[in-house]
Amino acid sequence: MKKKRLFSGGLGQLTIPFVAICLLVLFNVIRDLIMIFVLKTPDYISFFSIEITKNNIGNSVLSGNLISIINGASELAVLAIGMTLVTAACGGQDISVGAAAAIAGSVFVKVLKASGNINAGTVILAFLCACIVAMIFGAFNGTLVAVFKIQPMIATLILYTCGRSIAYWINGGATPTVESPIIEGIGRFIPGIPIPTPVLIVAVMLIVFKVLFRFTSLELFTQAVGINQSAARLNGINPTLIKLLSFILLGACVSVAGIIGVSRLGLINHETLLLDVEMDAILAVAIGGNSLGGGRFKISGSIIGAYVIQMLTITLYSMKVSSTDVKAYKAIVIVLLVVIGSPVFKEKFGRFMARRAASKVQAKGAEES
Amino acid sequence: MQEAVLLQMRHIDKQFPGVKALSNVDFTLRKGEIHALMGENGAGKSTLIKILTGVYQLDGGEITVDGENVIIRSPQDAQNHGISTVYQEITLCPNLTVAENMFIGREGGAWVRHKAFEKRADEILTKLGIPARSTQQLGDCSLAVQQMVAIARAVDMKCKVLILDEPTSSLDDKEVKMLFDLMKDLKSQGVGIIFVTHFLEQVYEVSDRITVLRNGELVGEYPVQDLPQVQLVSKMIGKDLDELNALGESGEKKNENTEVLYEAEGLSSNEAKPFDFSIRKGEVNGFTGLLGSGRSECVRAIFGADKVNGGTVKIKGRQVRITRPIHAIKNGIGYLAEDRKRDGIIAELSVRENIILAMQVMNGIFKPISRSETEAFADEYIKVLNIKTASRETPVGSLSGGNQQKVILARWLLTHPDYLILDEPTRGIDVGTKLEIQKLVLKLAEEGVSVTFISSEIEEMLRTCSRLIVMRDRHIVGELKGDDLNQTQVMKTIAGGEA
Amino acid sequence: MKKFKALVLAGVLAMSTVLTACGAGGGNAGGGGGAIKVGVVNNPPSESGYREANVKDMEKVFSAENGYELKTAYSLKNDEQLQAAQGFITEGVDYLLISAAETTGWDEVLKKAQEAGIKVYLFDRMIDVDESLYEAAVVSDMAKEGETAVNWLKSQNLGEYNVIHIQGAMGSDAQIGRTGALDAEFAAGTMNKVVQQTATWDEAEAKKIVESVINAGTDFNVIYAENDGMAKGAVAALDENGIEHGVGKKVVVMGFDCNKWALRELKAGNWNYDGQCSPFQAQIISDLIKSGKAPSSKKIINEEKGFDATTLTDADIDQYGLGE
Repeated sequence: MKKKRLFSGGLGQLTIPFVAICLLVLFNVIRDLIMIFVLKTPDYISFFSIEITKNNIGNSVLSGNLISIINGASELAVLAIGMTLVTAACGGQDISVGAAAAIAGSVFVKVLKASGNINAGTVILAFLCACIVAMIFGAFNGTLVAVFKIQPMIATLILYTCGRSIAYWINGGATPTVESPIIEGIGRFIPGIPIPTPVLIVAVMLIVFKVLFRFTSLELFTQAVGINQSAARLNGINPTLIKLLSFILLGACVSVAGIIGVSRLGLINHETLLLDVEMDAILAVAIGGNSLGGGRFKISGSIIGAYVIQMLTITLYSMKVSSTDVKAYKAIVIVLLVVIGSPVFKEKFGRFMARRAASKVQAKGAEES
Repeated sequence: MQEAVLLQMRHIDKQFPGVKALSNVDFTLRKGEIHALMGENGAGKSTLIKILTGVYQLDGGEITVDGENVIIRSPQDAQNHGISTVYQEITLCPNLTVAENMFIGREGGAWVRHKAFEKRADEILTKLGIPARSTQQLGDCSLAVQQMVAIARAVDMKCKVLILDEPTSSLDDKEVKMLFDLMKDLKSQGVGIIFVTHFLEQVYEVSDRITVLRNGELVGEYPVQDLPQVQLVSKMIGKDLDELNALGESGEKKNENTEVLYEAEGLSSNEAKPFDFSIRKGEVNGFTGLLGSGRSECVRAIFGADKVNGGTVKIKGRQVRITRPIHAIKNGIGYLAEDRKRDGIIAELSVRENIILAMQVMNGIFKPISRSETEAFADEYIKVLNIKTASRETPVGSLSGGNQQKVILARWLLTHPDYLILDEPTRGIDVGTKLEIQKLVLKLAEEGVSVTFISSEIEEMLRTCSRLIVMRDRHIVGELKGDDLNQTQVMKTIAGGEA
Repeated sequence: MKKFKALVLAGVLAMSTVLTACGAGGGNAGGGGGAIKVGVVNNPPSESGYREANVKDMEKVFSAENGYELKTAYSLKNDEQLQAAQGFITEGVDYLLISAAETTGWDEVLKKAQEAGIKVYLFDRMIDVDESLYEAAVVSDMAKEGETAVNWLKSQNLGEYNVIHIQGAMGSDAQIGRTGALDAEFAAGTMNKVVQQTATWDEAEAKKIVESVINAGTDFNVIYAENDGMAKGAVAALDENGIEHGVGKKVVVMGFDCNKWALRELKAGNWNYDGQCSPFQAQIISDLIKSGKAPSSKKIINEEKGFDATTLTDADIDQYGLGE
């Protein structure tokens, strides 16, 4: 009985992202084995190898494809956290996160430039400013959605369209650079810590949200509003407020993602910072097993979803697919994942399994009698 | 002398994960009969119907239509075999015309031949005596007419078997009569009708035969004249009716002299005209009136569910402002809404989460109830209210209607309200649970909770309420208590005195 | 109905004219009565650090103090640029200065300018038109920039050259010029092409390209990025993966444009080489205008240098560095 539970629903919502990760791992294991034992490729480095190397400023740091995956997915993972909340509460998605991140990044750089020298204090100040600005833009989107009841995709289309122009106004020019060990510390490695900082930031964000859910009833209320707004209202929940709040929290996530992005390169390019990230963020939510129609959600699912997307990218890189071609290959795999996660497929598969189980039971019964 | 057998279901089995929904059930429908399918919630009626209409696949057994073995894999299959269904919730498109609704999905080509369809639709409507025009927007028709249009659609599709699933639950008496006339007409044309309902009187009014299910098993098939109402109920719930009768006699409702708990003067909302109302501590009163008389709107105004426009409200003599549900909850008022699916349950959340929801809202977002506490609360109420659920973490949407209603009751009981408003708490749920809920209401009153109880079944209200407020056309037209509390008097007041 | 359509059409046309006028009217209006009117059609300063410096230089040289009245129009789109040029001709400027988004489509506009007696100077970028249609083109010799850079690379005498070549927007003068010399080396087999891919001047895309090479486990020791931004993106990928780069380290990093921040990276030894691409054409054009003489050649090459990290001085950074 226990065994059956584990297979049929033990993982519940996390089944899809978990299966996706397993498939990708399996694929790479097989590829490794073929390369090493069948083709005997010289100098072949396993997909899973992790090394410790020295970087330019003399730090020992971890490197390897697995590190690339969890590091490279950081912005996406942070955005996916907020996107999950908005999806759950509003049953729709915010497509302006990339543009809003460009604004947040521009504000971050602007404040740093304006304050002259870059030190811990000014970085924190710049972060707070970026965060507040992003949350204000989040509130703008949220107001359109929650108060004026505009569909989320339509409402956020506005900021999606004009966001990068706003980001341009903030710095009024090309691509200002910020050079500082602190910024490098945020975007790359903190001296003495071999793990990329963005990975740590994702962990911190996850903890922050877990704490938020632990010490408030936000999770319950958000789900209630997302599933049945009318009933939630009659139970004294204010749906408008919950939706607005979800957008504001997404704003906070957007600013963190924007700042990671800026710090990685040490500059803000308002045109290309986190370009096209919104679709990946929505995809991460979907791969995470969350319903895009709102309601029940799992933040951890979305984060795993983000890692699945990045793992896919790196797997393709490791097969020498060029960075421009990756998108097309990614699309193929994602179609597969989404189909596997679809209710139709699940039902068919469930029926198939049930039939198999039934025939087994019958066979067993026949043996016994 | 038996009519020809139209549909036969033999040894039907259906298994859901963890539940045996149907086991070895037989069902026979003859040509030109109205056959009532009865049973408590969870007895397996819906499952049987869904197997018949191709929504579910059977795990065992066989179905024959006109003596031929058939396999029904999809609703389309069912239709091809002449099996049509009209559901409780109308599944037509309110923004299309009556004619479009009747022919949608079977235009037989890319071109919609409006004129021809309208002509044909009008013919059918006239033939069946349905008071609607083919060019009318369906949404403008009354619910009863919409339901009849759905039936007309089915009839026009040459259906041999017509399934009516709770067709009367949102109709008033006049509309029910219209529907019954239509059913009798179809019957005379040789259509076999499967009639699923919770209203016992209606079963006796139109049915020829009754099949009773209980816990997924067949109890029996009876000609209607051989099965008195009392026996039917006992077959459905599987126990004697002494309890039910006992409840009826416990009519000693004494609360004349307790303090007034809630008092409203000139209260009005976007939906409700200004009215005065008060209730004493430990009193059970009821709002009655026909559908649309404004009874639900009044209690919604009390709870702040609709936008409140004016009036003063006092609770325990102190003036309070209740314009939103949260105000009402904080003032100790609980409200079980009329539409359970739309305004009550949060379907995908677990039983536990649904139970603690209102209490959590009362506590505020920053004071979450700990997981272990919520579990304890949920377990307690699952036990107290005898909620049938696989576990406290089961999504509430997968429970039967009666158990969903109990979960919502638990939700409000957990907030320990001074005043509980129950709008149609017994609609669409089985007899056993109805009884439990009525008992619970009386018990609450004994404990000093004031209850407003609304039900379309007047007997139910007579059994539980000590005072009835009668409404007609959105106005309070009378208040009945003491000796006036009887069916005749209520009817008279509703109808306007002279009836 | 037809009439109505015609009306609407007329309205739309009128609107678009107004819009064009607005677009063209930006920049430094005003100026003196006898000032020389100069219309500049350029790419927007946001395009790059190069453009920012270029725009600033234009504004500085063609100032009211120097006796000019400057009108500017910035766009990345060729058709918008054409409209703006048309607007300037209608307004009656004395000189038209153009840095075109695309090399084609300019014949008609330039002919109109000639008919109106407006002298045209091209700067930074050439256009595919007959030489007679413009006075002179002040441009960088991108091919020479490439040659200088590749010659420097060869002079490093590395054991082998495994090069990641990150290209600019394909088809642009800068890309074609800077790619040429390196392509010759690849063809001759003196250097190995690890990957050659465009990042369309984008830092993030350049980073992705280098990441893809690292994740594929392919070895490399030179990054040849066709501008500073892309070099910076490439270096970010190296740093994230713990790969050393710069003077005396494993990977040689090369960039172009000489942004001040890039030169500082050179000075710090993180990069090895930066090729200049001078945005300072304004003074040359101004001198030509003021002299009143036709230039000796239609194509005037702007002198450019390449900087080695080991020989770069702070004075160089101040003098040649773009931006701040």
